[in-house]
Amino acid sequence: MKLTVQDLNSHYGPAHILFDIGFEVGAGEVVALLGRNGAGKSTTFRSIVGLVAQRSGPIVFEGKDVSARPTHEIVRDGLGYVPEERRIFTDLTVEENLEVGRQPKRPNAPYWTRDKLFTLFPNLGEMKNRPGGRMSGGEQQMLTIARTLMGNPSLVLLDEPSEGLSPKIVEQMVDAILTMKREGVSIVVSEQNLHFARLISDRAYIIERGRICFGGTMAELDARPDIRDAHLSL
Amino acid sequence: MAFYVVQFLTGLASAASLFLVASGLSIIFGVTRIVNFAHGAFYMIGAYIAFTLTERLSGALGFWGAIVLAALAVALIGVLVEMVLLRRIYHAPELFQLLATFGLTLMVEDLVVLIWGPDDLVGRRAPGFKGAVDFFGQNIPSYDLFLIVLGPVVLGILWLLFQRTRWGVLVRAATQDRDMVAALGVNQKWLFTSVFAVGVFLAALGGALQIPRDAVHHAMDLRIIVEVFVVVVIGGLGSIVGAFVAAVLVSELNAFGILIFPKISIILVFLVMAVVLIVRPWGLFGKPEAPARKTPGLAVNPWRPLTSNERLASLAALVIAAMLPLFAGNYALTVGSEIAIFVIFAVSLHFLMAVGGLASFGHAAYFGLGAYGVAFLAKMAGLPMIVCLLLGPLLGCMGAAVFGFFAVQLSGVYFAMLTLAFAQIVWSIAFQWVSVTGGDNGILSIWPEIWAASPSHFYWLALGVAALVTIALRAMVFSPFGYALRATRDSLLRSEAIGINAKRIQWTAFVIAGTTAGIGGALFAYLKGSVFPDNLGISLSVDALVMVLLGGVETVSGAVIGAIVYKALNIWLVSQTDLSKLVLGGFIVLIVVVFPKGIVGVLEMLAQRRRKSSPPGSPLIAKPIESAE
Repeated sequence: MKLTVQDLNSHYGPAHILFDIGFEVGAGEVVALLGRNGAGKSTTFRSIVGLVAQRSGPIVFEGKDVSARPTHEIVRDGLGYVPEERRIFTDLTVEENLEVGRQPKRPNAPYWTRDKLFTLFPNLGEMKNRPGGRMSGGEQQMLTIARTLMGNPSLVLLDEPSEGLSPKIVEQMVDAILTMKREGVSIVVSEQNLHFARLISDRAYIIERGRICFGGTMAELDARPDIRDAHLSL
Repeated sequence: MAFYVVQFLTGLASAASLFLVASGLSIIFGVTRIVNFAHGAFYMIGAYIAFTLTERLSGALGFWGAIVLAALAVALIGVLVEMVLLRRIYHAPELFQLLATFGLTLMVEDLVVLIWGPDDLVGRRAPGFKGAVDFFGQNIPSYDLFLIVLGPVVLGILWLLFQRTRWGVLVRAATQDRDMVAALGVNQKWLFTSVFAVGVFLAALGGALQIPRDAVHHAMDLRIIVEVFVVVVIGGLGSIVGAFVAAVLVSELNAFGILIFPKISIILVFLVMAVVLIVRPWGLFGKPEAPARKTPGLAVNPWRPLTSNERLASLAALVIAAMLPLFAGNYALTVGSEIAIFVIFAVSLHFLMAVGGLASFGHAAYFGLGAYGVAFLAKMAGLPMIVCLLLGPLLGCMGAAVFGFFAVQLSGVYFAMLTLAFAQIVWSIAFQWVSVTGGDNGILSIWPEIWAASPSHFYWLALGVAALVTIALRAMVFSPFGYALRATRDSLLRSEAIGINAKRIQWTAFVIAGTTAGIGGALFAYLKGSVFPDNLGISLSVDALVMVLLGGVETVSGAVIGAIVYKALNIWLVSQTDLSKLVLGGFIVLIVVVFPKGIVGVLEMLAQRRRKSSPPGSPLIAKPIESAE
């Protein structure tokens, strides 16, 4: 397994947010984490990369438990994270944003260069010197993914990549994610949009009120409309 | 005409050092969010070490080598400070960071005197720049010309560093979003350390380059830090170009202000700052800061009025305190009166800080204004004591009304800096306007009338007023006004959205706190029988901050305990050691690192733990320091 999360519990101050979250991602797999707003998708991702201070439970990435390590070390080991709010450095140009994400080549993961990323996201190549603050939401979303890929991750946590994007951009996003998969990047993608998830994922987990309440292949999920209707707003 | 040109060039030369120090402060703040009060101390150490090294190393190479070596040595000290102290408090509220670095400053002031002695040291002239250039009959020191060139050169180097290197890109990214930088695999620790080293290097270089122009002395840190605060506030925190422009502006204002208003030249600079802040609250080149993200669920102990048992206990404590004259001598009573007065001072600041969320770094201004108010009324108008006591604090009230109006337009660090600057204005008026205030000699022989003259009577008076003030402010916390004020503290936007006029509420709180401080100052004038500019100085402002933080800023009236403990300790220390600043500074640093919640905060936490016997490792108690951001 590429990534195994077990008994993950997280708190914000006195509030208990995640309850015994557990899921697995195989090498080269795309796994969807589905759930409504506030179900705990983002907190799960933030906990995995160590941005939530109060958490417990092992997080085994490539055979090593990384749960006790600081964020930057987890990321340097090849676990990339693309946050939901995009968090582009608005004062920095596209190229400078990519520079922040740059990490050395890794033996077990695809190697991304600027030029390769500009082929994956052609829009970005046309605005290399534009400050991040003067880009559209879709362009920012592409930049934030490209920025994380500059770290040559072997697994990427993608937090709601389709949120707030126009249908045309969403199509590009699907293509980009499928390209990443073809290159050999394992992906966990959190989504509210089942349609989008279905286009890219091999398997899915459903998270509701901080608990995992379903796990299976996309076909298995389609066979259970009751679960779909109970936990996903469609 | 030539004279004015020379004056202009002198201003430009002074701007160089100011720019170096200010840019260092700006860079450090941009990334670490720490307002490094100790920046002036690093500047001073730079000058002292450069002095020693230039005396030892000979020749031109020796001199310039010594300057650079001194700056590097201080940068190394800075790295040590960052790794040992600051790394522990990055997540603490910004106030604690300011306080910790202030504690460092205090320690350095004593250490410098220990090592280099109390006398001014005059350094070597710079080889190659010893003479002067003749300009239409006026002399311009050639070293000044060197500095005039150096400023823009350093600006250019910094610009290249930030625009053209990976380190610069990372620093600029971290200035905007530290967590995201970490989430991209960058080790923030070393980024912060390197930024701190660069900032301190610039400060020390600024200090080292001053030695051919100015004597090195042990108070140069406070003088520069106030000017540097003004520069970064005008230029915009985090902007290097802003620091440069503002350094030139401030230096020129100083250079020409002396010609136009020789007595109140310093006020000119502060006036310009006030105007800039009103027009552009984030400085000429600064950017508005996003409201600080607060982690939900942090109010550890919801505030509540005292239970009847606690009221009885407080009353008993007051009665015991009132019985002090029965068994204590005159000295102890005088100390007791002073402590009571400082309780008044501390609770007034506590009201502003804890309830209003406004951390004033110049609260002594209103304390001192109250004292001067009494002095004017008693000495010039010859009014009776009771009238003076009632009317004197009004001067503090008026000062708070004027300055508070401007100050509440800002928040956070800018608020702290502006209040500090205002206090410095008041201080410099008291210091420079000799004909009215007596300047450094102060106003003497303001003695209480017979009814309050004996130490026990005065003690009862001070104690009674302190008790009344504390009760009144407590009552206000649980009044509708208090609720509104706490709403503005917790979320300015939401409070405005439900119809609270936030600025007016904060302004009112500022005036209440200032007036209360003035009451303390009025009593203080009678206790000491005199008034001096020190009564509104920075160190008194910081005393108040320490008392509040020691008591616990998250408590309703921890400042009472904080004031008693701190003042008693302070008086005792001064009587015991010559190195009181060193000990006090160390003590402040220790509080910040060990007791971030203050004495009362710790007591409350223990009490709560006993009451609830909450599960072990409960996140609430296990992580007391996380209450940041």
